[in-house]
Amino acid sequence: MEKFTVHTGQAAPLRASNVDTDQIIPVRFLTRLTKAGHGQDLFADWRDDPEFVLNRQPYDRATILVAGTDFGTGSSREGAVYALTDHGFRAIIAPRFGDIFTGNAHQNGLLPVVVPAPVVERLWELLEREPTAPVTVDLVTRTVRADGVECRFDVPAEVRDRLLAGLDDIGTTLQHTEDIAAYEARRRPALPTTTRQRGPGRGHP
Amino acid sequence: MARTLAGKVWDAHVVRTAGEEDLLYVDLHLLHEVNTPIAFDGLRAAGRRVRRPDLTLGTEDHLVPTGDLFKRIEEPAMRRQAALLAENCAEFGIEVYRRGDRERGIAHVIGPELGLVHPGMTVVCCDSHTTTMGAFGALAFGIGTSQVEHVLATQTLPMTRPKDMRVTVTGRLADGVTGKDLILALIAQIGTAGGQGHIVEYRGPAIEALSMEARMTVCNMTVEAGSRAGMIAPDDTTLAYLRGRPHAPSGRTWEVEEEHWRGLRSDDDAVFDREVVLDGDRISPFATWGTNPGQGVPLDSAVPHPSSFADPEERAAAERALAYMDLEPGTPMRDIAIDAVFIGSCTNGRIEDMRAAAEVLRGRTVAPGVEVYLVPGSDTVRQQAVDEGLAEVFAAAGVQLRTSGCSLCAAVNEDRLRPGQRAASTNNRNFEGRQGKGARTHVVSPAVAAASAVAGHLAAPADLEA
Ligand code: SF4
Repeated sequence: MEKFTVHTGQAAPLRASNVDTDQIIPVRFLTRLTKAGHGQDLFADWRDDPEFVLNRQPYDRATILVAGTDFGTGSSREGAVYALTDHGFRAIIAPRFGDIFTGNAHQNGLLPVVVPAPVVERLWELLEREPTAPVTVDLVTRTVRADGVECRFDVPAEVRDRLLAGLDDIGTTLQHTEDIAAYEARRRPALPTTTRQRGPGRGHP
Repeated sequence: MARTLAGKVWDAHVVRTAGEEDLLYVDLHLLHEVNTPIAFDGLRAAGRRVRRPDLTLGTEDHLVPTGDLFKRIEEPAMRRQAALLAENCAEFGIEVYRRGDRERGIAHVIGPELGLVHPGMTVVCCDSHTTTMGAFGALAFGIGTSQVEHVLATQTLPMTRPKDMRVTVTGRLADGVTGKDLILALIAQIGTAGGQGHIVEYRGPAIEALSMEARMTVCNMTVEAGSRAGMIAPDDTTLAYLRGRPHAPSGRTWEVEEEHWRGLRSDDDAVFDREVVLDGDRISPFATWGTNPGQGVPLDSAVPHPSSFADPEERAAAERALAYMDLEPGTPMRDIAIDAVFIGSCTNGRIEDMRAAAEVLRGRTVAPGVEVYLVPGSDTVRQQAVDEGLAEVFAAAGVQLRTSGCSLCAAVNEDRLRPGQRAASTNNRNFEGRQGKGARTHVVSPAVAAASAVAGHLAAPADLEA
């Protein structure tokens, strides 16, 4: 996974709230078998509109997206994150995110940055006035900075450590295989397994 | 210290703790065709194995055709993706229910049906509606593809514990009011982010009176309020549902487990971070008018005016939704004409939902020009509907009982609405384009969907008797 420390880049103002993952990537595009390539399907149903922010220069080159509240709600599809990262985004700034989206983003080095709505409004105004104004997302100091804007944000400490180091979660967990085995030894023995049962229980009313 | 139900289940699954994060053990991991190929690829690339194939189960639900089960999937990318689930499961020794297996169906429907979900378990699946299975007092939640890979490799997930929220539903639901109406009313009240960051526990007399099917509907849509999971403490209803199922314990083991399950409830003095109370007596049949599940009103009322929303974001969202839905504010909900009906999904595709639809359709016929998709949540449900004679009732009304799958809930198989088509639908999401590009969705209960099919506009069963 790509590390995230400090990123400075152009940002795109997406003046919309409740951008659910069905909008970020419609389900019909979820057939790709690799993470790469999803970028061309990003916001597919909005792309027909020439006025859509990512269809306009210079926003089409943005690496930071500034959106309204409840970004990434709805379906758990990680394709939403692949589409954003493959398009070139490194961070999304919004007042609130869907829980599953946040987890998926962290797994792929995409940083969801929660800031209050008035800060988003100030960023929107800045970017509409000055489309190439640089925005900095600093995970080291946990701050967003832009002309006239400075705002701290929170990230869980463990997630931050992993993002800063670009660490693979699975590798980290596999260092604790003994703990997992010890837990397995004390699980309730009656817990089910998925092995097919062929018994009188089948076809329950 | 007093603990919540969620807290008890959580604590019992902590493998180790590091800072704010717990490594949580997963008791059951369900897989479907979409969202999983990249996880298996990651596993292969790293040379890792599946730690517990015996706690993992695959099912074909999203991509399968529902009109003709064995029809070849036309779209090559989808055909490949559908085939990959079976190939990946075979390679890693995972059981998978495929087209033609009697027990196949939507993951969240077959898990409970097979008796694989016991109170107190942790359950994950690459689908946000995994919350359905919280109805058993299990902790069940949706995960993304990277987390799927993580669970495959380690059978655990690093997680920060969500907060606790309690929703108490007082009183009693009136006749004709369902679990679907209850949850739509709740989301309309608290909003699509009302439960964000929380595990919701439902309690109160109106919840206790619900069947397991209805409880699953409620927990299913908990995610539409932004919540991580929904739970209901196990009781006699839960145990009666579970007993005798293929993967349920029996004999002496059942007795031991039952004692354990009965202890799974929030302590009386447990503290919740958030409390919501809903008056069950006042809930009536509900329908959504907008493009998120919180944009719903009682069927007896009208499409709201955007100006009625105090919050500027909500007002803007309402304006945008009305434009997409092509609706005029002030239109009585019953005046909204529909040309499609979808009854099914993991929200409302269980046998009780089929029975509710049949009761309305019995002796009636579907209005001309209305296309009806009746899709059971599993092939077991389908068989049950046939055995109970419901299929004949449907046929007489002009409705074909399809084979099971996600169908028009996700519109990722070949079932899809046309642009501009308007549906009364029993699924969970009315997002833009959810049922096909440009399609419009009104989320309702199975009874309202069936009545709307007969009337040709949004309607409750009682309207048909007038
Ligand atoms: S029925 Fe709908 S919500 Fe349920 S698993 Fe299928 S696509 Fe997801």
